[in-house]
Amino acid sequence: MAKDKVAAIEDLGNDEYKYGFHSDIATHTIPKGLSEDVVRRISELKGEPEFMLEFRLRAFRHWQTLPVPEWAHLKIPPIDFQDIIYYASPVPPKKLGSMDEVDPEIRATFDKLGIPLEEQKVLSNVAVDAVMDSSSVKTTFRATLAEKGIIFCSISEALKEHPDLVRRHLGSVVPHTDNFYAALNSAVFSDGSFVYIPRGVRCPMELSTYFRINARNTGQFERTLIVADDDSYVSYLEGCTAPMRDENQLHAAIVEIVVGARAEVKYSTVQNWYPGDKQGRGGIYNFVTKRALCRGEHSKVSWTQVETGSAITWKYPSCILKGDNSVGEFYSVAVTNNYQQADTGTKMIHLGRNTRSTIVSKGISAGHSQNSYRGLVRVASGADNARNFSQCDSLLLGNQCGAHTFPHLDVHNPTAQVEHEATTSKIGEDQIFYCNQRGIATEDAVALIVNGYAKDVLNHLPLEFAAEAQKLLQISLEGSVG
Amino acid sequence: MELLKIENLHATIDGKEILRGINLNINAGETHAIMGPNGSGKSTLSAVLAGNPAYTVTEGSVRFNGKDLLGLTPEDRAHEGLFLSFQYPVEIPGVSMTNFMRAAVNEKRRYQGLAPLSSGDFLKLMRQKKQIIDIDANLTNRAVNEGFSGGEKKKNEIFQMAMLEPTLRILDETDSGLDIDALRVCADGVNRLKQPDNATIVITHYQRLLDYIVPDFIHILYRGRIVMTGGKELALELEEKGYDWIKKQFQD
Repeated sequence: MAKDKVAAIEDLGNDEYKYGFHSDIATHTIPKGLSEDVVRRISELKGEPEFMLEFRLRAFRHWQTLPVPEWAHLKIPPIDFQDIIYYASPVPPKKLGSMDEVDPEIRATFDKLGIPLEEQKVLSNVAVDAVMDSSSVKTTFRATLAEKGIIFCSISEALKEHPDLVRRHLGSVVPHTDNFYAALNSAVFSDGSFVYIPRGVRCPMELSTYFRINARNTGQFERTLIVADDDSYVSYLEGCTAPMRDENQLHAAIVEIVVGARAEVKYSTVQNWYPGDKQGRGGIYNFVTKRALCRGEHSKVSWTQVETGSAITWKYPSCILKGDNSVGEFYSVAVTNNYQQADTGTKMIHLGRNTRSTIVSKGISAGHSQNSYRGLVRVASGADNARNFSQCDSLLLGNQCGAHTFPHLDVHNPTAQVEHEATTSKIGEDQIFYCNQRGIATEDAVALIVNGYAKDVLNHLPLEFAAEAQKLLQISLEGSVG
Repeated sequence: MELLKIENLHATIDGKEILRGINLNINAGETHAIMGPNGSGKSTLSAVLAGNPAYTVTEGSVRFNGKDLLGLTPEDRAHEGLFLSFQYPVEIPGVSMTNFMRAAVNEKRRYQGLAPLSSGDFLKLMRQKKQIIDIDANLTNRAVNEGFSGGEKKKNEIFQMAMLEPTLRILDETDSGLDIDALRVCADGVNRLKQPDNATIVITHYQRLLDYIVPDFIHILYRGRIVMTGGKELALELEEKGYDWIKKQFQD
């Protein structure tokens, strides 16, 4: 092996997570702990309309009655919800007129992450909403989008500028009663993105939100709401990173998508929260509720996720196929290494007639990690001719890790066709040696094999991000074989 | 010019000694056939030379291009010009032959201090080499060996050999599982790629392959040692008499 390559790999070994830096930014926080007063204070700080405060308080009161869920195949240490800061915002949390007003430190942080906020430098054809800790810092390309009637802004701004739109849809797909973390998010969410695509409009660029946790002891509770009106189209991408810290940090987000008749939403995630160190210290708890409602006929939702980060991941991006002939898709690659745990999958709820869903899940487990696929396919009694195809594959690297599959099928209509395929495989020593013999070193061979295995999912990512996702898979598995 | 020098090579797998003192010198431009009954250590020899970690070298030395071969990683042995055509080529699902070969070619170039080939130049190289081995154009768009027939897999090995231009070509039972047409295509490819500065080791049970790839020397391997060396006529003798007389003669 060439010397520089040895050095490069050792370098990666010492610093696998290259987004682990912390930025020194003046932050406005409210003290640790959660109470009605804290909920009121968040709403007040954000200058929200009255209905939002009521929404939050209802959620908070409901949350207090709920037990912490324990059904997932995860070992979650007890979380002290009074030991978390629920609001941290880079000061000043005021509206920004232009780039010049963004704190240079914040700009530097996003530049370092490869997310430049200056519009001319942004990836061609991608509009970005950048969220640090609890606040949206800057949304690019807003004016260009506004010409088409597209609204793309932080949810805080949307509450001020389009309160009726938000009020109509917020909580309509994920009600605050949905689950423990959804209730918590509904009570304390601080920011996130809002997208509205008007009837008949095809969004001309990728929309993207970049989430960054920076402050210590802070939870991030973002809320994303996407409304695609009839006959519209949008492709949306989210990315996330966080500093390396010894303690665990909670991230409990909600994403709601409302899809009108004949509209299509493509939602892609590259999740790279800090996964913790090799001994399993630190890392983000990523407890997220994501759901789309195909409201009208022939509407379509496609979830694509590449999950490489977080100490613990608990998320099931789902589709409610209510409109006749609507289509739901879920393409997922979930990588766990070292002591990471993931329990992830999807729910496809077929309500309308001739609804179709596809699930392709590729789990990759290495180190001492545990990786579970959990899925539900439900066909309601009225969903004539519903079809589902599920493929759940697991790839194991080494023999200390675990891969698990929990598929649930719940079919109430005799005309339904539901297929489930599952495989488990290991990267064979014979495959690695074959690559070695052709001059490809083991680390590169693993990356090649894993990317081949995940190809069916990576192909669904927007082109700009597919290469990044491939690199991420390689880095996440560095040192897992050999 | 001496390309490969094997001295007193001993190797084990799972504690069992398979190679028990191999000595062999190979010069550039030569073709050596290694024959022998089942279990005599033929495939082990190729695996040990290529650096398969399943085997442990317990004694002896191998020099390749003047370098200590056994001190090199398997990938650096490849970069130095050693190529093994596998008896059982391995499937790598989802990885296209194009991506696989691009990685292999560019890793070798990097080892040699050369810049990676541009996509255009690489695809041109693929097209050229495909003609040498008469491989179906579609094969290179498919995943590495996935769903290939036995003949396609062996042709694909020779195609990779053409791409990587090795100086030491080891063919491990390339004839097994091949019909006569595919055998001829593979042998033609090997012969066409023959250069004054490269050498070939052909491992086989049968004389048939040696009708097409004509060896300068034939070595008979038995119980982990080379017990007899001769010219190409030795293969005919084996074909006639079988291995029993060898086994009797070297019973110890």
